Amino acid sequence: MNITKTLDAKGLACPMPIVKTKKAMDTINSGEVLEVLLTDKGALNDIPAWAKSGGHTVLEQKIEEDVLYFYIQKG
Amino acid sequence: MTVNKWTAAQVARKVIDNEELFILDVRNHDAFEDWKIDGHKFEYLNIPYFELLEGVEEILPKLPTDKEVLVVCAKEGSSVMVAEMLSEAGREVAYLEGGMKSWSSYLEPIKVSDLENGGELYQFVRLGKGCLSYMVISEGEAAIIDAVRFTDVFTNFAKEKGVEIKHVFDTHLHADHISGGRQIAANTGAIYYLPPKDATEVVFDYTPLTEGLNVKIGASQIDVNALYSPGHTIGSTSFVIDNQFLLTGDILFIDSIGRPDLAGLAEDWVGDLRETLYSRYRELAEDLVVLPAHFMIIDELNEDGTVARRLDDLFKENHGLNIKDEAEFRRTVTDNLPPQPNAYEQIRQVNMGKITPNNDEQTEMEIGPNRCAVR
Repeated sequence: MNITKTLDAKGLACPMPIVKTKKAMDTINSGEVLEVLLTDKGALNDIPAWAKSGGHTVLEQKIEEDVLYFYIQKG
Repeated sequence: MTVNKWTAAQVARKVIDNEELFILDVRNHDAFEDWKIDGHKFEYLNIPYFELLEGVEEILPKLPTDKEVLVVCAKEGSSVMVAEMLSEAGREVAYLEGGMKSWSSYLEPIKVSDLENGGELYQFVRLGKGCLSYMVISEGEAAIIDAVRFTDVFTNFAKEKGVEIKHVFDTHLHADHISGGRQIAANTGAIYYLPPKDATEVVFDYTPLTEGLNVKIGASQIDVNALYSPGHTIGSTSFVIDNQFLLTGDILFIDSIGRPDLAGLAEDWVGDLRETLYSRYRELAEDLVVLPAHFMIIDELNEDGTVARRLDDLFKENHGLNIKDEAEFRRTVTDNLPPQPNAYEQIRQVNMGKITPNNDEQTEMEIGPNRCAVR
């Protein structure tokens, strides 16, 4: 997977992770992949729901040492 | 326009006083479908906050201007953002302080009745989760039944009333919420009772709660009689208070009955459940007022906010008490059960003392409705 951009949103509380993710997404092109690092557990459901509503695809997600990683391909 | 902040207590008043309210819930659709703030006269619009990042213009026509509008999210942050956007668009709105997290933990103490010789019986209604806890007060002493984990609410209430908590009971080992009983007992020196058949795996000391146990509260001799009533769990125990009130735990609710599958296989306990509901409870005085450990839907609340109904009314109206055919009863309580409560296996572990999650983890575990009933 080619990661075009990485957003570190660790420590941010809702709604900021999504606000920042959206802004970062606006800077990449369709088909490119954004990596997002988060610690807000609410994002676990919100990121996929947001991606779906915006036509993006979550390629992969994982949790490592309390950090959530999302890999989102722009639609 | 100003953005107002409402507490969970203010929203609880709206529910209990049957007032109108328009709730703009900005959590994602799944979360809203699963669990929301219920009110008799509440209206709802569910738009996830992440669909409003570009602006709120699209939803303005859907928001009433002649009604109070409350923006709600999981923890507060997103509702503040949306409320501010609406305010900038000229609307006066409020947001819920602490979001659904604070709604889930709010308890409203409501007096059910006076008891003989100046005693009082209170029901603590956890509107957000449907849990009901009880406090019996008499002449300087108190007993608590099925306390939820917000132990300060109970100890502060006892302090306000000038009473000492002497006895703390759990009707059964809970699977939908974390009990505060053991903690309250530890903090106050009260005796903590648990039915031994539910407690085979617990890792702490407790006093066995068995059939026939009679505890007196205060000098006025309020009787709390234990009645073994298995079915929801194998140890489930009911209480009769002063020959007037029947605390049914998770066995019998107002419009539903307990489900037998949360601590094992439904098939194992369906016979016990039937025996309790169709034989043991039938032998009790019909004018007892049933006080359950849960409510399922907001319609079960009485006008004063309490959840209470006479036993003979339930014999007539509660569907679960009126299934004549045993095989049909068996099917009803074993097939088509609703989804199990969130993290119920972990919650049981906590209540056994086997794991001790921190406060945030406990909040996560308790998210969502209680789902202890089958209709």
